[in-house]
Amino acid sequence: MLRLLAGIGAGVLAALAAVGRVVLFALATLRHMLTPPFYVKEYGQAVINIGYFSLPVVGLTALFTGGALALQIYSGGARFNAEAVVPTIVAIGMVRELGPVLGGLMVAARVASSIAAEIGTMKVTEQIDALVTLSTHPMKYLTVPRVLAATLCVPVLVGVGDIIGIMGGYLVGTSRLGFNSNAYLTNTFDFLEFWDVASGLIKGAVFGFLVALMGCYYGMNSGRGAQGVGRATKAAVVAASVLILASNYILTEVFFSA
Amino acid sequence: MIELSGVKKSFGSNHVLRGVDLNVRRGESMVIIGGSGTGKSITIKCVLGLITPDAGKITVDGQDILNQPRDAFLARFGMLFQGGALFDSLPVWQNVAFRLLRGSLARPKDEAREIAIEKLRRVGLKPDVADRLPAELSGGMQKRVGLARAIAADPEIIFFDEPTTGLDPIMSGVINDLIREIVVEMGATAMTITHDMTSVRAIADKVAMLHDGVIQWTGPIGELDQTDDPYVRQFVGGLAEGPIEAVR
Ligand SMILES: Nc1ncnc2c1ncn2[C@@H]1O[C@H](COP(=O)(O)OP(=O)(O)OP(=O)(O)O)[C@@H](O)[C@H]1O
Ligand SMILES: [Mg+2]
Repeated sequence: MLRLLAGIGAGVLAALAAVGRVVLFALATLRHMLTPPFYVKEYGQAVINIGYFSLPVVGLTALFTGGALALQIYSGGARFNAEAVVPTIVAIGMVRELGPVLGGLMVAARVASSIAAEIGTMKVTEQIDALVTLSTHPMKYLTVPRVLAATLCVPVLVGVGDIIGIMGGYLVGTSRLGFNSNAYLTNTFDFLEFWDVASGLIKGAVFGFLVALMGCYYGMNSGRGAQGVGRATKAAVVAASVLILASNYILTEVFFSA
Repeated sequence: MIELSGVKKSFGSNHVLRGVDLNVRRGESMVIIGGSGTGKSITIKCVLGLITPDAGKITVDGQDILNQPRDAFLARFGMLFQGGALFDSLPVWQNVAFRLLRGSLARPKDEAREIAIEKLRRVGLKPDVADRLPAELSGGMQKRVGLARAIAADPEIIFFDEPTTGLDPIMSGVINDLIREIVVEMGATAMTITHDMTSVRAIADKVAMLHDGVIQWTGPIGELDQTDDPYVRQFVGGLAEGPIEAVR
């Protein structure tokens, strides 16, 4: 019994210590973000890698999700003669919830893994040490550009995803569910409020920050050898995904429960 | 100039350094020899502050390395890593000129590139490798790019971790001469790790032998063959029999 309690205690302590390390890492990232030198070229590279190259994945995800959503809401709404809500619910569901969350998860899969693998490999091949000896701070050179780029790019990706998702719903609605094209669009935009969209974009920024932070954190703390990099990559994706879902709940609570 | 006293470092139960004392004077070429896995690379990384020792003190010019401004301190050093540690996202010349392209030693891009190509030439590489990526080079070529990067900013203290492993005998000779030249002509202080006895004789002013976590023997290169220290005799002679166990 005592041993069980001791085990639980040790587990809790280890978990708290891990959280503490991540928080310290996040604070250090923010501090380095605000103090020179700034590596503009690395930032540009990160914008292209994280933002631009994620567009196809996020776009496709949104397209299919919007379409499926329209079908579901139509068949669900039919149970109480409310098929007409399809455009509105698709739009609200997309911009408030599914756009940011699914977009964030796709970016987590794509970006957290590649950042963790790249930085982890740099760590095990002593490239991080080499950076230090060349008077370049790894946090400034590697972490800051990626975290900043992700924080600024994911909202844009979410915005694009929102539009494509609504379009997916529109395509299904007009071609399969017999909606009138004009009526669908009017219904979509008449009921959509500014805050619906803005809250989704803010979520996107938070998710982007978390994704890049996890990639960098696990990469920088990668174990030795290929196995270490493999573990770091897996841990980064898992941590980023869980944090996205958890922070999504908290943000939704903060934004909409009042 | 570089002084280590009582430096200790363990990884878990693996007590790698158990009290290393070493003194390298300005303009001197110190070579560290010792079996594989005895902690030679760790020792150098401790001096650069890449690894924090568990105990002991390291000073450079009488100043503790821990309370010095990091950037100015590191700007005095050049380091060749055992594995090369080239940045694989950057072309060769930008690797070599890394320090010349940013920070306190930054200069115009053209000039940095010219210096990079000149340093590449000194390590026996043609200008046409400058625009290739490190992954496209052979192991020995990567090592030499690493060497070019270490000397690119003309540092006053240079560490070479196994500069000639993986090179053919002729290229090893070129590199040995280059290291000697850097010490003699540029007055740099060098610490070199090597297993290659030819290199030791070509490069060293002084030799230190690391074994069992301490410096077993240290002395001028001239005494290397005279000493009756059994560890050194076994290592230099490459003998299987002796105080150093062959299975570690
Ligand atoms: N990050 C680390 N974590 C755990 N152990 C380590 C780490 N780095 C080095 N070691 C251990 O420290 C010891 C010394 O390593 P080091 O790289 O200094 O050896 P070396 O003398 O340079 O050997 P070689 O000549 O083969 O390069 C080894 O036993 C190694 O396993
Ligand atoms: Mg070594």
